[in-house]
Amino acid sequence: MKNSRSNNLVLSTSPFLHTGATTPRIMGDVLIATVPLILAAVWIFGIGVLLVVSAAVAGAVGAEWIFSRSLKRSPLPDNSALLTGVLLGLILPPGFPLWMALLGGAVGIGLGKLIWGGLGQNVFNPALVGRAFLQASFPTAITTWNTPAEGIMQISPRIFSMPLLQAQADATTSATPLGLAKFSGEITAVFKLMFGNIGGSIGETSGVLIILGVVWLVARRACDWRLPVSTVAAVALFSSVIWLITGKENANPLFMIFSGGLLFGAVFMCTDPVTTPSTPRGAWIFGAGAGFLVVLIRLYGGLPEGVMYAILLMNAVTPYINQYTQPRQFGGAKK
Amino acid sequence: MANAAFQNEELNTFKHGVHPLENKGATSFRAIERVPFVKEYVMPLSQHIGAPSVPIVSTGQEVLRGERIADPGGFVSTTLHSPVTGRVTSLGPRLHANGKMMPAITIEADPYASQRAQPQERPDPAKLDNRAFAKQLQDAGLVGLGGAAFPSHVKVQIPEGKKIEYVVINGVECEPYLTCDDRLMVERPEAVIRGTRLLMDNTGARKAFIGIEANKPDAVEALRALAPGEIVISPLQVKYPQGAEKMLIKALLGLEVPSGGLPLDLDVLTNNVGTTAAIADWFDLGIPLIERVVTVTGPGIPHPRNLLVPLGTPLSALIEYCGGLRKETKQLIMGGPMMGMTQKSLDVPVMKGTSGLLALTRVFQVDIQEYPCIKCGRCLESCPMFLNPTRLAHLAKMKVVDKLADYNLMDCFECASCSYTCPSNIPLVQWIRIGKVMAREAQNKK
Repeated sequence: MKNSRSNNLVLSTSPFLHTGATTPRIMGDVLIATVPLILAAVWIFGIGVLLVVSAAVAGAVGAEWIFSRSLKRSPLPDNSALLTGVLLGLILPPGFPLWMALLGGAVGIGLGKLIWGGLGQNVFNPALVGRAFLQASFPTAITTWNTPAEGIMQISPRIFSMPLLQAQADATTSATPLGLAKFSGEITAVFKLMFGNIGGSIGETSGVLIILGVVWLVARRACDWRLPVSTVAAVALFSSVIWLITGKENANPLFMIFSGGLLFGAVFMCTDPVTTPSTPRGAWIFGAGAGFLVVLIRLYGGLPEGVMYAILLMNAVTPYINQYTQPRQFGGAKK
Repeated sequence: MANAAFQNEELNTFKHGVHPLENKGATSFRAIERVPFVKEYVMPLSQHIGAPSVPIVSTGQEVLRGERIADPGGFVSTTLHSPVTGRVTSLGPRLHANGKMMPAITIEADPYASQRAQPQERPDPAKLDNRAFAKQLQDAGLVGLGGAAFPSHVKVQIPEGKKIEYVVINGVECEPYLTCDDRLMVERPEAVIRGTRLLMDNTGARKAFIGIEANKPDAVEALRALAPGEIVISPLQVKYPQGAEKMLIKALLGLEVPSGGLPLDLDVLTNNVGTTAAIADWFDLGIPLIERVVTVTGPGIPHPRNLLVPLGTPLSALIEYCGGLRKETKQLIMGGPMMGMTQKSLDVPVMKGTSGLLALTRVFQVDIQEYPCIKCGRCLESCPMFLNPTRLAHLAKMKVVDKLADYNLMDCFECASCSYTCPSNIPLVQWIRIGKVMAREAQNKK
């Protein structure tokens, strides 16, 4: 056999195999996990929620596109801005004005990700940065909760309110289960919390579907299972302790787990790889800290809900958690 | 499925690691075949770790198959023997698997010779002390046949004040695609057991363990049929890189070789199955290391096979015997797909450490786009040495050389599990290799 030097064989260094699980695929897996939540929200709150989520996505993807253009770079096809937009949309109230959602998406990507240096460089969860911005800017709009819709075609007129004009008062609003617990001492039955036919943010009301989502994510290895598990376990632990010490006055631990954004936050926000620890021990510490802060804020803070701030605070200390949970050395001195 | 054969056994392993597709099916049931002799053989003087061998033949000299043609160039070096009966045509540089022109002995085969190797003089191994036994291994040109090609006599020679309790024989073959060790264990179990016995007797080891991944049930069965009580055949969970000696010792004995240390620190001697069989061949048959089993496989090879190949045979002869190279072939790899080396030329010869020749039709590093690190931690969970590959790679990229040691850079043995598993397709192990070079350069300056 005559062999030629001018063949097309590629020279490179090992390894020559890859798992095939890529960053865009991981983001895509998380997006798939949100689909049942979106469908359920349409069923519960009406198709208006699709507009709210779309507005947040448009804000996020638009900001990524504009920033990339201005830096003369092509945006990476990594699905991450799309995911940020969807996640932000899912933690907004169902009747949230569209222009605010759009702005929130843009701020989340702009201030939450791009000014840090883009994908992988940000300290805080971009979707939560977007929501924190909206919470600070529009405290009334973001705490105005629609009651579940009469039919799925119902769209709250509030979402079409114009920028900087007083939002229309919406006739059919209600308190969330956490609001009821905080301000009226009323505990909603856990059964109702499981299936989501209650007031709350678009994606957070159905505990069952969120659990389905985390099962999918873990099965696809799209998230570190320790993060959601430790967060929920910490809430269960700390709220049980306080519940028992205070003579069962506060909300019970099951209520604490299934109400508000805890499950959603634990499954979709605590599992963001960029802003949470990458070491296994760090994951346990992160979850424990987030769960503890959620219980503190909910029971002793001024707000009914504390998941967002709890996770943002833990995001802030994640670099330190990583630093102090470096793996032990194989064959090194036992510490 | 692979583990079905060992349902009632507890299969041990090490922590972390990855599970690449095994892809061994194309050759695992194909008996070893002898590749036909060709016209020309090239024996590089550097085909082992350590100093190059020193030629003792001259151009034009007639040599017999098995005849010594080069002496060790130092303690960490070994002997070379002619793979064929023929005539030395050159002592000049030839193309080496590392891509450079390197000193080599080129031998033209005598087309009329029988090419039957004559048994050589060797002592009775039972009468040899440790030092003389080690010298015999050096005279037979033995090196680790798993791929690293570390001279065997260096490992076998026990330093003053040390002892060997356990002999660990490496039949793991954790690299995907490769089946040469599997076939050797299935077809020549008596040589593996005999070699293990010789090592135990000479080093005074109490016990030996032969570690084999559970995807090779035939090999386990073949060895168990012959093994005496003190040689334990241990099927292990299938996981890469279990064939690394530190991982294998952890899996078999539950012990961690100290960082920067050797198996000897745990009173352990490790050896590859191929090398172990070659030890038996030297003492029982009087044949030094002149040929080895090479798995020729991959989607670019029409007829994958396990071949018994004289050292120095050009890769082109192996490929030709296996039906040529498919035109879709994008990469040709000497060794396994996780730790092997790509080749451009088919003139490169088979060497002592060549365990496989793999033709791949996809180049993942090019096909998959690189994304920024998303800090998912998969590299940490894959690293068998408990390192932080993304941190090491980042430090190397940023040239923060003095920080690399803080993250135990030199513990990395470049198994490439991190790069294999990185969803952002960051060349982690490649950066770590560059980091090692930079760290050594900085060390030398001091």
